[in-house]
This record gives sequence, C-alpha cells and structure tokens, in this order.
Amino acid sequence: MSTVVELLADDEDAKVPEHLKGAFAVLGRGIKESPELRTGLGFTVIVSLGVTVASLVTPVLVQQIFDKGFAPTFNARFVYGRCAAAFLLVVLAFVAARAAGRRLVRASENALMHLRVRTFRHIHALSIAEQSEEKRGVFVARVTADVDALQEFMEWGGVAWIISGAQAIGALLLMLFYSWQLATAIVLLLIPLLIVVWSMQARLSAAFNAARTRVGEMLSEVSESVMGAAVVRAYGLDEQTHDKVEHAISERYKAEVLAHFRAATFWPMSSIFYAVALSTVIVLGSVYGRSWGLTFGRVSAFLFLADVFLHVFTDLPEIYSETQTAIAGWRKILAVLDLDIEVVEPANGVALPRGALSVEAEDVRFAYREGAEVLHGITLSVPAGRHVAIVGETGCGKTTFAKLMSRLADPLAGRIVIGGVDLRDVQSDSRRTRIRMVPQDGFLFDSTVRENVRYGRPAATDPEVEASFVELGLSDWVAGLPEGLATPVGERGEALSVGERQLVALARAQIGDPGLLILDEATSAVDPATERRITEALRRLSAGRTVITIAHRLSTAEGAQRVFVFDAGRLVQEGTHGELVIAGGRYAALYRSWLGNVRDADAAGADEGEGEPARTQT
Amino acid sequence: MTQETRGGEGRGLFIRGMRLVVAYVRMHPRPFLVSVAGSLVFAVSSVLLTTALGRATDQVLRPSFNGPVPAGSIWLAVLALMTFGVGRALGIMFRRYYSGVAGERVMATLRNRVADRYRDLQLQYHRETPTGELLAHMEADVKAAVDVFWPVPFATGVIAMTLLAMGSLLHADPWLALIGLILFPSLALMNRSFAKRMEEPARRAQEDIGEVSAVAHESIDGALVVKTLGREDAETERLAVKARALRDDRVRGGYVRATFEAGLDALPTLATALLLAVGSWRVAAGAITVGELIGFVALFGLLSWPMRFIGWILAELPRAVVGYARLEEVFRTSVTLNPPAHPEELPAGPLGIEVLGVRHLYDGVPILDGVTFDVRPMESVAIVGPTGVGKSTLAQLLVRLADPDQGRVLVGGVDVRDADTIALRHDVSIVFQESFLFATTVRENIALDADVAEADVVRSAMIASADRFIRELPQGYDTVVGERGYTLSGGQRQRVALARALVRAPRVLILDDATSSVDPTVEADILAALRRELSTTLIVVAYRLSTIRLADRVIFLENGVVKATGPHEDLLARAPGYAAIIHAYERGERGER
Repeated sequence: MSTVVELLADDEDAKVPEHLKGAFAVLGRGIKESPELRTGLGFTVIVSLGVTVASLVTPVLVQQIFDKGFAPTFNARFVYGRCAAAFLLVVLAFVAARAAGRRLVRASENALMHLRVRTFRHIHALSIAEQSEEKRGVFVARVTADVDALQEFMEWGGVAWIISGAQAIGALLLMLFYSWQLATAIVLLLIPLLIVVWSMQARLSAAFNAARTRVGEMLSEVSESVMGAAVVRAYGLDEQTHDKVEHAISERYKAEVLAHFRAATFWPMSSIFYAVALSTVIVLGSVYGRSWGLTFGRVSAFLFLADVFLHVFTDLPEIYSETQTAIAGWRKILAVLDLDIEVVEPANGVALPRGALSVEAEDVRFAYREGAEVLHGITLSVPAGRHVAIVGETGCGKTTFAKLMSRLADPLAGRIVIGGVDLRDVQSDSRRTRIRMVPQDGFLFDSTVRENVRYGRPAATDPEVEASFVELGLSDWVAGLPEGLATPVGERGEALSVGERQLVALARAQIGDPGLLILDEATSAVDPATERRITEALRRLSAGRTVITIAHRLSTAEGAQRVFVFDAGRLVQEGTHGELVIAGGRYAALYRSWLGNVRDADAAGADEGEGEPARTQT
Repeated sequence: MTQETRGGEGRGLFIRGMRLVVAYVRMHPRPFLVSVAGSLVFAVSSVLLTTALGRATDQVLRPSFNGPVPAGSIWLAVLALMTFGVGRALGIMFRRYYSGVAGERVMATLRNRVADRYRDLQLQYHRETPTGELLAHMEADVKAAVDVFWPVPFATGVIAMTLLAMGSLLHADPWLALIGLILFPSLALMNRSFAKRMEEPARRAQEDIGEVSAVAHESIDGALVVKTLGREDAETERLAVKARALRDDRVRGGYVRATFEAGLDALPTLATALLLAVGSWRVAAGAITVGELIGFVALFGLLSWPMRFIGWILAELPRAVVGYARLEEVFRTSVTLNPPAHPEELPAGPLGIEVLGVRHLYDGVPILDGVTFDVRPMESVAIVGPTGVGKSTLAQLLVRLADPDQGRVLVGGVDVRDADTIALRHDVSIVFQESFLFATTVRENIALDADVAEADVVRSAMIASADRFIRELPQGYDTVVGERGYTLSGGQRQRVALARALVRAPRVLILDDATSSVDPTVEADILAALRRELSTTLIVVAYRLSTIRLADRVIFLENGVVKATGPHEDLLARAPGYAAIIHAYERGERGER
C-alpha cells in the first residue's frame, strides 16, 4: 500500500528549488556531495579507456591477417603471433575491467549508503514545521527509492559515457587511419541513425511513462476495492467496483502493449543499420577500393568497425535515460538536504531548574512552511505546578502550540520561556528529559516494552524501568503481559492496543522525571479497564508537576485548575471552568452542547462527585 | 545425498516451471506462436546474413582488388544483405511485440481472475489479509509468475540460431565447429553460474532494502516521538546498520557481476582470436574460403550478445513457480457466502429484525454462542457489551457480510440467506467505525453511484453535521478526498460515511461505533439530529454513553449471549455487569483524574 502512496506522492512533488533546475548543476552538486565516488576514479577511467582497445581487437586482427598473413603465402608465425597477442591483450583487459568494475561497485555502494544515512539524519533534524503527514511518504521515498535511482548511474551509466565516448573516438580514429573515405561514409550513415533512434526513444519513453501511470492507477483502484471491502459489500457496490478494477486492468494492458509495440519497432532499427553499413562497405570497397588505394584487409576491417561504431550510438539512449533518472533522484534528494535546519541547539545551553516548571508564552506566532499563519500572537502564563487545559475546536492551533512548547519548532515571532529560561537557550538534553510531550497516538518503536520506556532516559537501568511502572500503579498490567517488560510491541507498537500503548508512553514520560508535562489527549475510546488504568497512571504522573493538557473532552477542562480557550489561532478566553461557564461566550457554547450529551449519565446518579459544577449550572 | 536431493528439487522445479509455460501458452496461443515464428525468422536470417556476407566477400569484395567486378554481382550482394538484414529486423519486431502481447494477455487474465476472487471472497478474507499482500498478489506475484514466460520465444530463437550456426560450422569445417562447440556451451554455462551465484546476494539485498525501508517508514512516521525524546542520532544509527548491510550485500553481488560482465565481454573476443588463428590455417589449407571465415567471425559477433541472456530464463524459474503458487492460494480460497437460489423480496414498510440462536466462531472459538433477540420496526436499540464480545460481528451478520455458523437472522421476517443480497444491503445500511472514503469527490462518496438528488445529499450531510465543513473545503462538495486528494480528519471522515448511509434512506440503520472519532460536542449535535429527522429502525453498537442514550432499549451482551435487555435505567438497576461497564464509560467521558 505504502508503495502506491509513495509513487503518487512523488509525482506531485514537482516544486523544484531554483538552484536545482539545471541538469548539469544537479549532476555536479550530486557528485560533489558524494566524495566516496572520487577515490580511485582515475584508475577506473584509465582502465575503462584501456578496455576500449579490446573492443577494437577483432577489426585490427582481421586487417592484419588478411593484409599481411597471406602476403604472398600463409605466414603461420605472423598469424599465430598476432592471434596470441590479441588473446593476451583481451585477457589483460578482462583482468583490468574486473578490477575497475569491483572498485566502481565498492565506491558507488559506499556513496549510496552515506547519502542515504545523511539524508535520513537531515530529515530528522528538520523542525516539525516540515513534518506534515503528507510529507512523510515523500521523505521515506527520499531515503529509499530516490537513493536507489542513483545506483544504475553510479555503477554503470556514469562510466558508460566515458567508455562509449572512448569507443566512438577509438573506432573513428582507426577508421580514419584505414580509409578516410569509408570513415566519412559510415559517419554520414550515423546521422539518420541518430535521428531515428532519438525520435523513437522519446516516443518509447513516453509510452513507458504512460504504462507506469496506468500501473499506478490500477493499483489505486485495486487498493480501494480491497481497503474499502467492507463499504463495497455493505453498500452493494460489488459489481461497479469489480468493473472499475477490470477496466483499470484492461487500460493498463493497452498501455503496456503500446509500449511493447514501440520497443518492438525501436530495437530492430540497429539491425537494419547494420545491414546498410555492411552493404555500404561492400559497395564502396569493391567499386572504389582499388582506386582509393585500400587493401582487402582494411576494407574487411570496416565490416567489423562499422558495427562497433554504430553500436555505441544505439546504446546512447539507454545511458541517457539512466542519467535522467539519476538527475531526477539527485534533484529530489538535494532539495531535502538543502532545507535549512531551523531549530538550532544553543552553543552553551542552560539547564532547566529542578522541580515543576513554569511556562510563559509571549506573543507567539507560527506558520508552517508554505502555509498561512496558524498562531496569531499567543500570550499566556502557567505558574509552576499548575494543571491547566487548552481547549478549542479541531484546527484552532492548540496542538501546534503544544509542539512549540517542546521546541519541535521555534515560533516565528515572540518567545516561550520555561522555568524562567528562553526555550531557545535551554540545553537539548535538559529540555528532552524535563519537558515531556506525550502525543495522543502513543507511538512505539518495534522493540520491547522495556526498551520503549528506556527511550525516555537512555541511561535508565532495568530496575528503574520497572520502578516507573510501579510508580504509576501499573505493575499488575506489566505482570499480565505475556513476557512482562520483555514483551515485543511490534511495528509501531501495533501488538498492543491503543490504550496499552498510552500506558507505555506514560511510563516513558515518568522515567524522565519531567518538570513540565504536555499531554495531547486521545480522542478514541479505549476499553474501560484500560481507561481506568490510564486515568490512575495520569493522576500519579501529574502529581507535583506542571501539566498542560490539550483537551478534547470538556470533562478534562472541568477538572483543570485553569482553562485556556483557543479559537482560530488566538487565545479568546481564560479562567476556571466555573468562571468561563458563567462568563458565556465560546467556552460556554462548547460546554452547553457537550452537556446535552452526557446529561443522562448524571441524571442516573451513577457517578460520584466532581460532576457538581455541571449540575448546578443546569 | 544432499547433492542428489537438490538435483531432484531442481528438476522438479524445472518441470513445474515448464508446466506453467505450457499453461500460459494454452491461455493465449496465437500471439505466442507468432512470436516464436518471428524468433525463428530472426535466427535463420541472422545465419543467412553472415553467410551472405561471406559470399559477398568471396565473390565481390576480394575479386575487386584484382580487377573490376560486374555491377550485377555487387547489387546482388547488397540485395542479399539487405533482405536478410530486414528479415532479421522483422523477426525481432514480431518476436518482441507478440511475446509482449502474449505476456500481457496472460497477466491481464491472471489479474482478472484475482479481481474476481477479491469480489467473491468474504469480507473476513479482506479483514484478515494485509492490504500490502492483496496488492502483491495483483502486481508482484503476477509479474513473477509470468516473468518466466516472456523470454521463451527469444530463447527458442537463440537455441535455433546456435544449432544453425553449429550446422553451418560443421558443414564448412570440423575444426571450426570445435571452436563453436567450446564457445557456445561455455557462454551458456557461464551465464547459468552467474545467475546462480547472484541469487543469494540478490535475494539478501532485496531483504535488506525491505528492512531499510521499514526502519525509514517507522522512524519518519514516529518523527514526533523521535524528536521529543531526542533520539535522532540513535535512529540514524538504526538506519545506518541496515544501510551498511544493504551496501555489503550489494557489493558482494556487484563483485560477482563485475567478474561476469568482464568475462562475457572477453569470451567472444577470445573465441574470435582463436577462430581467426584456426581459420587462417584452414584457409591456407584450402578447406574454407576467406569469405567463409569472415562470415563466421561476424556470426560469432551476432551470437555472443543473445547468449548472454539465456541463463536468465533458468534463473526466473523458481521465482515464477513461487509466484504462481501464491496466486493459486488465492484461487483456491473458498467462497462460503452462497447467493440464494430463489431470492425473496423484503416486505414493504418499516422492518423489524429477529436474531434466533445465533452462534458464530472466530478462529474456532465461539464468540457469539446462542444470541437471541428481536428489534421491532422503528425501534432504536443500543448493543452494549465488553470489548471483544462480538458486537461488530453481530452487526455484520445482520447485513449478511458473513453467515452465522448456527442460527438465523431474519429481516422483515425474511431469512437474510434467502434475501436478495443487493436489495437487503440497500434497505439495511451499516456504518463502520473505520470509515473508508473513496478517492473521489465528497458528493460521490455520499451518493456512491446511486441516483440521488442533490438536495438529499445536502440534507444527509446536514444531519451528519458534515454540511458545514464540506462547504468550507476548497471545492465544497466537489472536493476530491482520499489518497490523492484532500485529507479529512478521522471525525470528518466518519461524518461523511454517516451521510452516505443516511442518503439512501435505509429502513434499518446500523451504526457500529460510527461516531467514535467525532468531537463529543459535534457528536451531540449529530445524535440530536438523528433523533429528530430519522424515521427508521436503528441499531447502534455503542461505546459512549451519549450514543447509548439515543436508544429506546439496550441489548446487553456478555460472554456470547444476551445477558439482559430493557431501557438503560432499568438495566443500570438490575444488571450489575451492565452498570459496571456504564460507569467505566462514564469515567472515561468525564476524564476523571
């Protein structure tokens, strides 16, 4: 599935920075970014040029034997000597080519590996302003498919330019040496060949691109039909959906067949030109050979030289398209590497004070890259140890604000002061343990429960990990796991339920002993038993700490010591729940509609305490 | 012993692979045969071209250095060369195009068969199989299974060409034939050994790239956590370990390739040098002519290139057999939802539902174990129970997305197994928790191919509290959503999915936790609107108190059976299990700290 998304995402990412538009600029930059390619490059080039000589062995040998080996009688020593020399030369060329090939592979793979790792590191260094959901697939493609797009060029295409050039020049020089007249004829023949080859190549690659698009469309159609299988069945769309898939299969078939047709007319061209070249040599050789002062051997050599020479040019389109692929890949990768890292760690950072941390935001403004401003000057203050909630509709900017507080990005204007220190001056280690954001999805890494908690403080010992669960009252839950703390959580933590992932995320926060907790409340319901555990663990985790909850349920706001109401990127109200309800306005409106929703529960009298303010208000 | 077993396995694989090829030929024989014919024309023309070249050398080129040759013989030589040159080109053209057509047709046929299965198989199959796997059957497996088929015509031509070449060498001179006898098999063997030695590193590299991509995916998806925990360097190291493994395996494969590429370049030239040495001796001895020798040198040149590829066919065999085996698994999976022999119509008017002694197994364990209840026409009922009690399964049985292992489900008095499935699903709409949207406009997503008036679409969207946000989308109701389009939030998707059900004015509406991601305040509006505007039998599978409140009556499931049924307040008082669950929900909703 992901591959389809990547395929599509890639097409759309057409925005190219100005300095990466020119093909040569990209190629130059790309090669500069991979110094691994350069070590020993000279050797490879020299060897490749040497190997070119081997491709001319056959024509030279033919010329030598027929001009000198039989003049006037069969000179066995000469012929066998030349053949043996040719044999030896080819063996030498083999040894050298093998060595050069191995070096090239080594250098290229090293370069690819470093480029991959470096790009990945850069992506993680980018501020959260770059990390939108749609961009993730693109970023993954950069370190996988796009890096791999360079492989063929590095290991073959790049050097093929040099080899092909050398072969063409070598063959041309040899032809000129044997007969400038025949050489001219062959070069003239090249012109129509080049025209035909390049024009067909353009049509061929257009057909291949069209086929690739159809493949993408077919896969989208199929993935819709299987991912939406429940809806398809429940709404009786079985036949329509099946028809669409069949249609996509047939469209793809047509596009592929067209590409096959174009390829089938493209490749035989070289065969026709081969026959034309042979005919040309035979005709010119037999009619003018003597008057031009040629020998039989030289003309025969042309029968093989012409093939070598023309072959170079039929290979060119492939080398060219390989180069295009590589340039496209490099362009995308370089565009990522050229994104500035916005969050710069301070040189001499300040450590945050111990204990609960106060929070001050002063006229904080923020916009995502290529987007409008989403926070329009937020000013608020939370004393140390206070538990507050931020509420507001989806898209009001409350989650973005939470990200700024943990410095996943810096504000465009204004500042955030935590524990009396400007967040930009805080030491990175201190920030990461003392300020802890718990995202709502409770994302875990494919490892054990223990390791996932340890990520919260890498130096933590096993007993300390265990202690963090005990402190949150979760020892019984850990005991119930199949392998206790060593239980693997699976990819993205999917072996655990949503609620259980939250529990691990809470333990991960606990072990860092943060002074400021930023909780992004989960919206989806979890089963009651886990819900109870989460509630209890949260209560214990919050004790003695400053807690800012991004609340999706108004009941959370009800329990908070102070509530901040966000609306469209602005702080519109603040106060205690009671004050805000009485004050009317945005919060009161939200509250009224929520109240209608749970009224019955209270009426049934099924709960103890804490619902009081709500009831008095009705 | 192991050697023998492996040999046996190899032969088995070979035979199975060849059987596949035969099966594919049978599927679409005509293009395949045209392609093979083209390939044979190519083989014959190639050999004849070099023979003509030899003749032209002997009868035109060589004599011309002793005196003028008649123009007639020159033109004859050109005619012969061009004829066979064009013949060769046509051969390649027909072979390439028709083998393409044959292969694509076989693939399209296999894909259609897979698509047929995807349509006919039960929902359960789709639920249990990861999407990636379902897509792989359609793309990668089909490709692998057919990859062995493409080169068959080509290989046939190459074999024919080799035999013809050997024949003409033998005919000319046994000594030259000896060189051919050395060269051709050694090229084929070299190829074979190359393919074999590449297998392991290539497979490993393939796995490595999968792992690199898995780490990259996971890590970039979890960027938020990576950054908050300051794990950027640790994550980079995690990727670097995989990237290094990939590099090492690729270098290993690249070393093998470097050797073989160089060898494949060298071998034909070596053979040519040998051919020229021996050939000159034979020319001197008067056994062959100069022209014949030149013709053979050219023939070696023409043959060495296609010989490179013959080893690949054998290399594709195992992949093809495995790929096809995976497809066969899909073809074999049984379809258990049989359409009714004589579909019955549902009665007109409001519909009631009866569930009678329904038992349903999941992985051999009964999750519903004799569930019986009924829902009166126009009644609204909430199904409540602990997680994993089978509420969603029950909901699916009501619209016959699966059949119960025992017991019956009646809608409007008709057993759903006897009802026309399409009609049943038109009258009984279900909305799932995971709301799937198609990659099309919002309007299309609500209307779903049905002929629905614009006003109805809007009205349904309003009831589902979706109208307002839809109008704020870039193109309103015409905004394309889903994979390539605008991304909606989970709650917004659920609201569109709800509108989709409402627009069909179903006589029974089943909501399977269908508003779980909607903001509670918005949910309240939706529920109020449903109550006000809807006249239908309503069944909700509920996790929230607010949703339960909507119902006239609650059906409480526990341990695979209906534990209690009645109004919410009644159950609170008399069913202790129910009260416990409700209190838990309540605490959740109140976010008690």
